[in-house]
Amino acid sequence: MEILQLIVSGLANGSVYGLIALGFVLIYKATEQVNFAQGDMMMLGAFIALGLGNDSQLGAPFWLACAGAILAMAAIGWTLERAVLRHLFGQPQIAAMMLTIALGFLLRFVAGAIWGHDPLALENPVAGKTLRLGGTVLGLDEVATIAVTVLLTGLLYLFFRRTRLGVAMQASSQNQLAAYCMGIPVRRVHGLIWALAGATAAVAGILFASKGSIDPGTGFLGIKAFAAAVIGGFGSLPGALAGGLIVGLIEPFASRYLATGYAPIVPYAVMLLVLVVRPHGIFAQVHAKKV
Amino acid sequence: MRVHFNTTYDRDIRLFPDTRDAVRYGLLVAVAIALPFLLDDFLIGEATNVLIWAIAGMGLMLLTGHAGQPSLGHAAFLAAGCYAHAILMGRFGLPFAASFVLAGAVAGSVGVLVAIPALRLHGIYLAIATLALSILTEDIIVLAEPWTGGVAGMTAPDISILGMRIDRLGSPDSFYWLCLAVAVLVTLGYRNILRAPLGRALLAVRDSEVSARAMGVSPARTKTVAFGLSCMTTGWAGALMGHFFYTFNHEVFTLVISIQLLLMIVIGGLGSIHGAYYGAVVVAIVPQAINVARDGIAGLFGGGGVAIPGLEIGIFGLILIFFILFEPLGVHGRMVKWRIYFELFPFCRRDMFRRQKSYLRTERMR
Repeated sequence: MEILQLIVSGLANGSVYGLIALGFVLIYKATEQVNFAQGDMMMLGAFIALGLGNDSQLGAPFWLACAGAILAMAAIGWTLERAVLRHLFGQPQIAAMMLTIALGFLLRFVAGAIWGHDPLALENPVAGKTLRLGGTVLGLDEVATIAVTVLLTGLLYLFFRRTRLGVAMQASSQNQLAAYCMGIPVRRVHGLIWALAGATAAVAGILFASKGSIDPGTGFLGIKAFAAAVIGGFGSLPGALAGGLIVGLIEPFASRYLATGYAPIVPYAVMLLVLVVRPHGIFAQVHAKKV
Repeated sequence: MRVHFNTTYDRDIRLFPDTRDAVRYGLLVAVAIALPFLLDDFLIGEATNVLIWAIAGMGLMLLTGHAGQPSLGHAAFLAAGCYAHAILMGRFGLPFAASFVLAGAVAGSVGVLVAIPALRLHGIYLAIATLALSILTEDIIVLAEPWTGGVAGMTAPDISILGMRIDRLGSPDSFYWLCLAVAVLVTLGYRNILRAPLGRALLAVRDSEVSARAMGVSPARTKTVAFGLSCMTTGWAGALMGHFFYTFNHEVFTLVISIQLLLMIVIGGLGSIHGAYYGAVVVAIVPQAINVARDGIAGLFGGGGVAIPGLEIGIFGLILIFFILFEPLGVHGRMVKWRIYFELFPFCRRDMFRRQKSYLRTERMR
């Protein structure tokens, strides 16, 4: 039954990676920019929820704090696009890459200045409780994380399939120029994509902070989410989630069955392997350019 | 304003476009040589730091600025050069010069090994793959403990060249001259590569791989050579860095160093050797400026020195954001614009350097 516990905790971690990776892919698909600050946005979202909800801080009810954090991160994502990234429209990818790395530094600095550099835990209703399934004991926080991720994935799926805005986002990600010609306000859509990515990051952050603790350095978790996004394929939303789950599942098993010191290497080794064998991920969407 | 009237092809690719340039750079080198007589030991240490960062920056500039392959993993090659040098010199007792050259060769070979799978990757994927490399470096150094000393770290051996002992702490001046010599040699080599067919091939691959292939340039070969040369140079910088830090362990060559190196050349100006030097100066000045400002503020309010963790990197990020938004060509680009403004005065028009906007070409259709 130990394996079941490993699987559940792996899936729970993997859900968080998958949600961060989802943010990368959302932004990448729509704007061709890779947001290296996604992990830091996740961290900031968690800190905002913590600042609103924890008793030692503002002490708002948990659900209100969550909603506040999600809204705040959506606003921050939208503002970042509006104020900074929009100016890079049409510039080489590396410019946006550097810019988002710098933004990540800045967000980390802001969070460190406000909430300090010690690890803090988010007070929440599921922390420390357990769920008994037959002979196994599962952490309720981990089960809740998986459930929330499944729910969010379903909502996003419906959003992209059924709503006008979701279809517009898909269109502008597939072909900017054609989307312009069809009357889609591409720039505004980009702003909303960033807002959506910010909200997703906030959810990921809240889930992560509910399972353990966060500090400003948690943003580096984004790098693991990178591995997830690459394994799944950078252009594919289901791929990002699947990649996140794969990375999440690899981790506990690697640290359980491999010699110490080798476990942290495994996710990146898998990612490098995927990059070498299938450079655009398992769920690739790439076609050769025809001249 | 100078007009270069080229009557032969050789004249077009001369090392210095005219005598005035040659004199200017000669003067710069002369001042750099004389620097230890003008500054105290602390400032010479800072100048040495600038030179080492500049050498590393030139390594990355060749790959990112001229061959167009972004790398977020150059700390790995710094580490390769540093550890290779320390092991060859300290454990096998090689003389400094031999060990130094071999350390570059080791780092370069690692670079070529990395380049072979990396050839299939473009832009963002390459950045992420090298990012992973940068993260793995730390773990690999710890795992290779018998060689690298693992968490405990290593100590850089003493340098002695032709019977003269060079020690970073005991004789900072001679260590500075050593770094200066390496920097000048690397710069000359770099400049010559850019004049040679290889340099043109690098630019061609950066600007369009399809066109490069049509002109008979092999992108795969060019990129591999670029990786090798870039990592070799970075390895040399790493070897010097080892001497500069004196002791080092797995925590020295982190991802942050990789990122800082890339940010440095972007601030300096991508695609120019000057940029590597300007960027190195900025990287060295920012922490000092913050210290001075902090002391000044603390003095004003009569409080003790307040240390704000992460302030340095936050300010660095802010500087970078301003550069990318307002001067994407970096410090070097700004300098060139000012020079052209004064040379053309009063005929410089406002829109002369206007950036052309274009629709994004998707990377997913390649």
